[in-house]
Amino acid sequence: MPKSGSIGRAERERVTQKYLELRRKTVERDRSLREKVMSPEEAAALVQDGEVVGIGGSTLSRTPMAMVWALIRAGRKQLTCARGIMSSEGELLFGAGASDHVITSWFSQGIVWGVSKVMRYYTESGRARFDEWSHMAMGLRFRAGAMGVPFLPMRSMMGSDVIARLPDVHEIDCPFTGEKLVLVPALNPDVALIHVQRADPFGNAQMDGLQFMDMDLAMAANRVILTTERIVSNDQIRRAPDQTKIPFLAVDAVVEVPFGCAPHECYGVYEPFFRHHDMYAGLLRKDPVKGIADYLDRYFYAPKSWTEYLGLIGLDEVLDAARRGRSIYDD
Amino acid sequence: MTTDAMSRTQRRNYTASELLAVMAGRLLQDGQVVFAGVGIPLLAATLAQRLHGPGLTILFEGGTIGAFVEPGQLPPSTNEQRCTRRANMVLGSTDVLLLLQRGYVDIGFMGGAQIDQYGNLNSSFIGDPEHPATRLPGTGGGNDISSLTQMIVAMKHEKRRFVEKVDFITSPGFVHGGTSRRDSGLVTGGMYRVVTDLAIMGFEEKSRRMQVLALHPGVSLEEVRDNTGFELLVADQVETTEPPSERELSVLRHLDPEQLYIA
Repeated sequence: MPKSGSIGRAERERVTQKYLELRRKTVERDRSLREKVMSPEEAAALVQDGEVVGIGGSTLSRTPMAMVWALIRAGRKQLTCARGIMSSEGELLFGAGASDHVITSWFSQGIVWGVSKVMRYYTESGRARFDEWSHMAMGLRFRAGAMGVPFLPMRSMMGSDVIARLPDVHEIDCPFTGEKLVLVPALNPDVALIHVQRADPFGNAQMDGLQFMDMDLAMAANRVILTTERIVSNDQIRRAPDQTKIPFLAVDAVVEVPFGCAPHECYGVYEPFFRHHDMYAGLLRKDPVKGIADYLDRYFYAPKSWTEYLGLIGLDEVLDAARRGRSIYDD
Repeated sequence: MTTDAMSRTQRRNYTASELLAVMAGRLLQDGQVVFAGVGIPLLAATLAQRLHGPGLTILFEGGTIGAFVEPGQLPPSTNEQRCTRRANMVLGSTDVLLLLQRGYVDIGFMGGAQIDQYGNLNSSFIGDPEHPATRLPGTGGGNDISSLTQMIVAMKHEKRRFVEKVDFITSPGFVHGGTSRRDSGLVTGGMYRVVTDLAIMGFEEKSRRMQVLALHPGVSLEEVRDNTGFELLVADQVETTEPPSERELSVLRHLDPEQLYIA
């Protein structure tokens, strides 16, 4: 099992890419104004085993669950998953054998459900790797990736043991002021999965509420798969271009999936499905390995479609989450 | 629980978690900018807003400036829409964390799984990090907050949590004491207060070791020592805090009626 403190050159170059290589991958993409609407299954085929996958949203918010679901169903293996904060989507990716490596600042279902037993099972036994960066370090890694520079300086993580375990960080004396600084390497995922409230068929994405790191993540990645609550016309996008947070030229696939974050939240559309989360946590509490396998069988492998998945979660849960979600706009 | 603690619980009309939330909330002042973590810090900061600090600006790492969390609508983390109610601004999580680095934040406010005599916090590993007995969820924004601003930590006072040396420094306090924090490159911030269900602690100016400043009603210094895994310094004048008032408790219970955080 690779120790998180050691890193090979090849692995470093997977996440922090040389500038000309990064430019080449961008130049080779079809950046024309073209329709790119496809199914979750077609989008899953754009992701290869072993790739670095950036996941949008944070904790229980705007998680691109429908694409996580599609990748697991497609049998993807050995993905390295990077996200500011990981929640149950990380547990499901580990449990399904789709990922064996996460890069994040925090990883558990959520504080109210305690420390993740699935995360513990996989990381304590060395079955999977959990590189722990500070939350701001994760953000600056995506930002450096988006800026096309190999690193950014920052002032946290010094004096802690977090920094000593990280694979690729440098402490320097600033050439301008002489102060100590930490340099964190750019993170350029092979592919980013991002869910938004609305997008047009070209991939112009409009996002309401909390943005997390998604704009940087989109611009850092070499491919972007966008899922959206609904597809709107390009005319509608052009009426309020200031609301567009991710431009079409960075997007490679647009997938329409209503309730595409379920059982997580999508700002202003639905809140987390709390009863479903309690049920899920209960399954894992008894036995993390059998619990996650049973959950995956029932909710990920058995349904024929995303609609059927939502049906299994239950109409009452869906409506309850939607009622709470929309209440954010009440005075 | 010690005999002291049991008899005290029978006498008083609040739980240890409620006491902790009330005492923590009192440490925040109107007009301050506070960066709050989920759980007791979020609750205590919200309580302070409702009681004495309507001008208290709360930041959450999910990306909000100046939210007022609604009673009975506590979020499962600081990354959900519930954290944006009546906020002045929502922004990216990297950008809200950068406000710490730029110097806009007065107080960082967090919970902790394990703390040591220099105020270092561990939320990463119990046991040897190479072969941990328990892998904990990790730092989140904790490391950034504790690296870049003055910190208040709210946690239960238990011997297994107050240890001589943490297994892993996730969020640095005064590192190895003395000037070691500054020497490591952290030129600002540091531990300001640790508030527990037994006492309020600060850090001695030179050694940067934890020091008892105040005891909660009915708590003895001996009891605090019995529940601490290292030698505590004691201030020349140890104060006794005022017990939680009816108003403080009723507002607190109104905020968290399901006892999501104050169970």
